[in-house]
Amino acid sequence: MTPFRTAALAAMALGAASLAKADEITVGMITTLSGGGAGLGVDARDGFQLALDTAGEHNIRLVVEDDAQRPELAVQIAERMIQSERADILTGIIWSNLAMAVVPSTVAQDIFYLSLNAGPSALAGANCHPNYFNVAWQNDMLHEGAGAYANELGYENTFIMAPNYPAGTDALAGFKRYFEGELAGELFTQVGQTDYAAEIAEIRASGADSIFIFLPGGMGISFMRQYEQSGLDLPIVSAAFTFSQDILPAVGAAALGVFNASQWSPDLDNAANQEFVAAFREAFGRTPSLYASQGFDTAKLILSAAAKADVSDRDAFREALRAADFTSVRGDFAWAPNQHPIQRVYIREVVEVDGEFTNRIVGTAFDEHRDVHGENCPM
Amino acid sequence: MTLALVLEQVLNGLQFGLMLFLMSAGLTLVFGVMGLINLAHGSLYMIGAFCCAAIAGVTGNFWLGLMAGIAAAAAAGALIEVLVIRRLYARDHLDQVLATFALILILSEGVRMIFGPRPLYLNVPDMLRGTVNLGIVDYSLYRLALIGFGLAVALGLWALITRTRLGIQIRAGESDREMIAALGVNIRWLYTVVFALGAALAGLAGALVGAIQSVQVGMGEPVLILAFVVIVIGGIGSIKGAMVGALLVGVIDTMGRFLLPRFFATFLDTSQAMGVGAALASMLIYLLMALVLIFRPKGLFPAHG
Amino acid sequence: MDRLRTEWLLNAVLAGALFAVPLWALMAGEPFIITLATRIAILAIAAVGLNIALGLGGMVSFGHALYFGLGGYVAGIAAHHAFHGTPVLGLPGTNQMLPIWAIAMVLSGALAGIVGALSLRTSGIFFIMITLAFAQMGFFFPLSWPAYGGEDGLPIFMRNQFPGLNTARPWDMFLIAYGVLLLTLGLFAMLRAARFGAALMAIRQNPDRAAAIGISPFGIKLVAFILSGMITGLAGAMMADLTRFVSPAMMAWTMSGELIVIIILGGVGRMFGPVAGAAILVGFEVFFGGLTEHWQFWLGLVLLAVVLFARGGLVGLIAGRARNV
Repeated sequence: MTPFRTAALAAMALGAASLAKADEITVGMITTLSGGGAGLGVDARDGFQLALDTAGEHNIRLVVEDDAQRPELAVQIAERMIQSERADILTGIIWSNLAMAVVPSTVAQDIFYLSLNAGPSALAGANCHPNYFNVAWQNDMLHEGAGAYANELGYENTFIMAPNYPAGTDALAGFKRYFEGELAGELFTQVGQTDYAAEIAEIRASGADSIFIFLPGGMGISFMRQYEQSGLDLPIVSAAFTFSQDILPAVGAAALGVFNASQWSPDLDNAANQEFVAAFREAFGRTPSLYASQGFDTAKLILSAAAKADVSDRDAFREALRAADFTSVRGDFAWAPNQHPIQRVYIREVVEVDGEFTNRIVGTAFDEHRDVHGENCPM
Repeated sequence: MTLALVLEQVLNGLQFGLMLFLMSAGLTLVFGVMGLINLAHGSLYMIGAFCCAAIAGVTGNFWLGLMAGIAAAAAAGALIEVLVIRRLYARDHLDQVLATFALILILSEGVRMIFGPRPLYLNVPDMLRGTVNLGIVDYSLYRLALIGFGLAVALGLWALITRTRLGIQIRAGESDREMIAALGVNIRWLYTVVFALGAALAGLAGALVGAIQSVQVGMGEPVLILAFVVIVIGGIGSIKGAMVGALLVGVIDTMGRFLLPRFFATFLDTSQAMGVGAALASMLIYLLMALVLIFRPKGLFPAHG
Repeated sequence: MDRLRTEWLLNAVLAGALFAVPLWALMAGEPFIITLATRIAILAIAAVGLNIALGLGGMVSFGHALYFGLGGYVAGIAAHHAFHGTPVLGLPGTNQMLPIWAIAMVLSGALAGIVGALSLRTSGIFFIMITLAFAQMGFFFPLSWPAYGGEDGLPIFMRNQFPGLNTARPWDMFLIAYGVLLLTLGLFAMLRAARFGAALMAIRQNPDRAAAIGISPFGIKLVAFILSGMITGLAGAMMADLTRFVSPAMMAWTMSGELIVIIILGGVGRMFGPVAGAAILVGFEVFFGGLTEHWQFWLGLVLLAVVLFARGGLVGLIAGRARNV
């Protein structure tokens, strides 16, 4: 190395140190704010922001950017957040394929990644990482709940369908892990697909007695609206994503009576949750979705760790995150060794309350559920 | 695989093809008469869908929304023609591609500024809800109505071009641009009208399709690319070619997605067959286009003899 | 004469600025600016490739993203197999940039040969459309091929290596891109000055006369098209390493459009046009993207204004119209 380069690198290090305030934590949020997946990102961001706004004094600087649900864009934004904003923590990614593109290189650069939504199986098992925390769930979890509940409902010949991306394959794998009946058919659709005429024809011809779908965001809205027009009337079982609060207003009555598995529900009866739902309604004029609850919890976790440790001391901050010293709106919260949650999975039903379509808890699928992939995690 | 399933998929293909025809007709007319390649045609589709969703949302009436969508697309088309497109007729195709590419950026972001980044949803009108029994299969009434709409517009367009004064001028414009000027036709006016007509057809398609899908920024570009494939297969400038090309593309694309995975499943395992089948199915229409261009470089129905 | 001198001066300023700004960023500790400069350099290489077909040969290819993406996937797939220690087509994967570049260029050239041989039978609007169709075919291939990530794309966990440099460092990566950019610009200038370039431009201006003096339009155009695809493919391999990620989006038709936009913003057929164009595009995105999320609206307006009123692009605006372009 030439003396000049050494000097330049030294200048670089000095510049980095002098730019950031000593105790400020920069959180870079990469999330989907435009296109068919915008509803999810907007809710996650608003939930996160609400937690900061109601926290009183804190030292967190939040930078938000729209990934438009495009992996290559998310990679570029992550690079800018790390190099230019000097983020200490990244969060916000909704989609598992974007998470797979961003998370491995982020955590390898000694930056924390706290997932508030995506939980691809690849990051829960052999590729788990001390800097990667998933505050929401591992992808399979809620679908496993749907599979278990499909048995209770007596479904024997189910048609299953999901988009062709990591969370889609995880969803079908999770459902099949617990479902004991036959499969009438299994289909992968394109991510972001808007026309489901061909799939509906396949379902009609399959002779299924029920349907399991995982179609988050705009995909779920398009499918349900076309399903309603198709004359097919098979019962649907699903995970929370396809019937969450961001989708229900656009789908309307077609979703009534659908059972879906979730770790959270707006009617969940604990003080932290009732306070959160009321504050969210007050601030944004709508009922929060599970994405909002996950954003809220993620911010709460960061705030709890920030109160205990300085983020520049990565090891201390990691320990503070591992302590999970915050009150989750979903109730009890604990980490499995792979830093994914151990939690209760509820069954919800879509109902109409005072003219609003929403979810209500009707049962429990698992009490203390943890993901199967953690076994392969060396941590 | 039952007959009912095949019939349903064929109907899906027809419905898709006829909506593609509405898009392609305007594109091919504009090229045939003015020699212009318009990438921003997909934006007009989007404008039709957004205005339809907005007005239908406010009034609660789908048909009012549809009228508004068509009118808005036509008006936007006329405005664009007067402000920008008019300056491009004498330019080479590279300039046309770029200027209309710029229009896509402007219109997409413009719509995003006005309507926000989240998709809008448009409800199928009450009278077209539910299904209709076609003997062996129940089919969505709305999708069947789309097939009817498409055929009716095609017929109307054919009547307009063969039976009206405007049609005569359009056909004259396609074959000889200098001649119609000599005949005392106001070319500027004719060009604006043709462009607005094409825009209205795109807006109509956007509004109709918007009711079963979601209305969002960027919805027009995938359809635009397919419409290009259609008019290149059919012969650029030919309405008849656009009809044949649209039906070919619609049916081949739908049936390819439906049949190819099944075909590969006869000798590959299911997940592999799904992957390979889907890959080949998405490439099928582009393969068709390449073949047509190699063997009939001017398309199936060349517009100028 | 003056105009020629102005253009050379402008070229020198552009080349100097593209080196000086990241150098300043290195000392100021702003690695992101170095990354941006690297992006500009790589996009410029891709556009230099297209400029051979479009600027010199007048072939409006609306499908150059195909070669860009192919190059990207060569880098991604080689790194993927090197990382996992698995063979690809019986060969081991590699994490060395030089052999990856060679493979990317050979494959891109071969693909451009096939596409060119079929497409050059048409002209005008049909050429634009058929190149678009081939690129769309290519786009759907990785999209629905699950082995290398399909729609999700393929991450490159460790940048591929270059002898004597540490590619993980932004400045080293920039030096590589800058060096290759200067080499391709030199190649472009040589081509333009050689008999090959003269023949190519003669064909563009008057194919009949060129044929009459014994120049075979098809052969010359095909060679230019292949060269063009090779350079764009090389840029794709470098871009994949810069972003550590390959996805079908590299082959999307909007990428083809962006490459054309870069050339037009800079100036068609001008040696440094692609550099100026790439700098404008990336600069626009960063600067206006920071001010407003609707920056594409303003980019559209600027592009429209350039097409309608300033056809020579930036280089043309400053150095005047080119003599023969």
